[in-house]
Amino acid sequence: MNTEKHMLEIRWHGRGGQGAVTASKMLAESAMTLGKFIQAFPEYGSERQGAPVKSFTRISDQKIRYHSQVNTPDVVLVLDPTLLGVVDVTEGLGEDGILIINTPAQPAEIRKQLNLKGRKIFTVDATGISLRHLGKSIPNTPMVGAIVGITKMLSAQAVADDFRVKFKDKFRPEIVEGNVKCIMDATTEVKSE
Amino acid sequence: MPELLALTGNDAVAYAMKQINPDVVAAYPITPQTSLMQKFADYVADGEVDTELVLVESEHSAMSATLGSQAAGARSMTATSACGLALMWEILGITSAYRLPVVMPVVNRALSGPINIQGDHSDTMGARDCGWIQIFSENAQEAYENTLQAIRIAEHPDVLTPIMVTLDGFIISHGLETVKVYDDAPVKKFLRDYQARYTLLDPSKPLTLGALDFSDYYFEHKVSQLQGMLKSPQVILDVGKEFYKTFDGDCCYGFYEAHEMKDAEMAVIVLGSTAGATRMVVDDLRSRGVAAGMIKIRSYRPFPYDEIARELANVKAVAVLDRSIAYGADGGPVHGDVRAALYGKHPVPVMSNYIYGLGGKPIDMEHIMGVFDDLKESIVKGHPKRRVGYINLKEGNTPSLVG
Repeated sequence: MNTEKHMLEIRWHGRGGQGAVTASKMLAESAMTLGKFIQAFPEYGSERQGAPVKSFTRISDQKIRYHSQVNTPDVVLVLDPTLLGVVDVTEGLGEDGILIINTPAQPAEIRKQLNLKGRKIFTVDATGISLRHLGKSIPNTPMVGAIVGITKMLSAQAVADDFRVKFKDKFRPEIVEGNVKCIMDATTEVKSE
Repeated sequence: MPELLALTGNDAVAYAMKQINPDVVAAYPITPQTSLMQKFADYVADGEVDTELVLVESEHSAMSATLGSQAAGARSMTATSACGLALMWEILGITSAYRLPVVMPVVNRALSGPINIQGDHSDTMGARDCGWIQIFSENAQEAYENTLQAIRIAEHPDVLTPIMVTLDGFIISHGLETVKVYDDAPVKKFLRDYQARYTLLDPSKPLTLGALDFSDYYFEHKVSQLQGMLKSPQVILDVGKEFYKTFDGDCCYGFYEAHEMKDAEMAVIVLGSTAGATRMVVDDLRSRGVAAGMIKIRSYRPFPYDEIARELANVKAVAVLDRSIAYGADGGPVHGDVRAALYGKHPVPVMSNYIYGLGGKPIDMEHIMGVFDDLKESIVKGHPKRRVGYINLKEGNTPSLVG
């Protein structure tokens, strides 16, 4: 029962250490900077490197009035393609739901692999993009770029600018700019069916 | 101008502590400690507060150090959660007995056995009778505002009683949400400077703390301790009103929030973060013409017995949601309180109790809708469908002697 239809509910799948939790918060914080109401929360289990983790983001034009789990997400992002077949990434994802997967493969290949009917599948080589700009596999900022590019609910440029502001004291300038390129490239490199 | 920030519940309470700028904070990173104290330690390290942060060797010591410095006349705080609170237990009663206005945020989490670090109310319910005021928060905004108000309530000369401000573990403590924070200057003005009425460090007015007190006066002293608790309701209301007037907030500032209770035939009573989903379910039922209502309890100790009885005067069926079990009692602790509130009232609603969410077990709007379905049925039948039910429990796990 989701009675607040003006809200976007997002579920992130990753493995411990890939930045799914950080991505869920980063997207929420950018959305808030741009005037939305937000929630972001991880599903806590045993926190170990490499274990499957889930995290959630809610973005709304109105105040969010409840704290239940996200059971029927509008968008699901998968940061690690090896989770496909291990975790049911489509659980609760409606017929019109959006599935975004970090993989160099085409959406059609994923549809076949998952034997999936309905939903919209997008793929983006987030690992490749992060290797290109950061020299290591940190797929979370490209995935933020991908969802922004697909849903158009926020301006990619505004999200990138927000990243610069938020992380300028935390990372070296080349890391900040590398992440900004990750966000921007993913918005255009994401593949639809 | 108030500012909107993306904060976790822990961040929001740490922000309140930054604005309170306590003289002393004592802390120990027991498992499970929370990022609340970590964030506050950042403020100390960055020079944003003048607080003396005392790092001690256990939660028992954290409470002891807080007690000691408060007795010396310093505004003192600590924060804890779950097993940390359990380890403080001995000192909780001493703090309230000395009438020391300590404010302690508590992140509500499960107690060990089996090991679990997720949200439920077992920890503070276990500390229910330690003589502390307990104020529950629905979300990060309330956790922030309640922490600020608690300072004024605890330090009021009529009250001088310590306060736990609670927020639900993980759901609120670790979830990021939009929080409106108020400017430092008006907050500082609202909080006022702390002037301890009695202090150990004033040789012109010597006093004794920790004296031996046998059957000659122990009982009298324990009863006199009640004064603060008995006078606190008016202060809780006054401080809430002043906070609301000063900051134009939109949280709950009374003992409880009654939502759609005016002509409600059935009602759910709830504490903490589950109030949000309950309110949404009530609104959904109302939109379909069902006379449903809900009550969110903010001040659990002192408990608003008369007020709750008044709210329920015309209700036909009520369900109390408890996020802890009172073993050997009739369901959960809140259930017992609501039953006590209704004793001697006529007519009484059909009553049932639902235990939920222990150790972080999810509760969704569907579950609360199910509770209202049960209430509907119980109105028709004139008796509760379940006296004590268990929400979202795996099948086959219901205790055999409980219907």
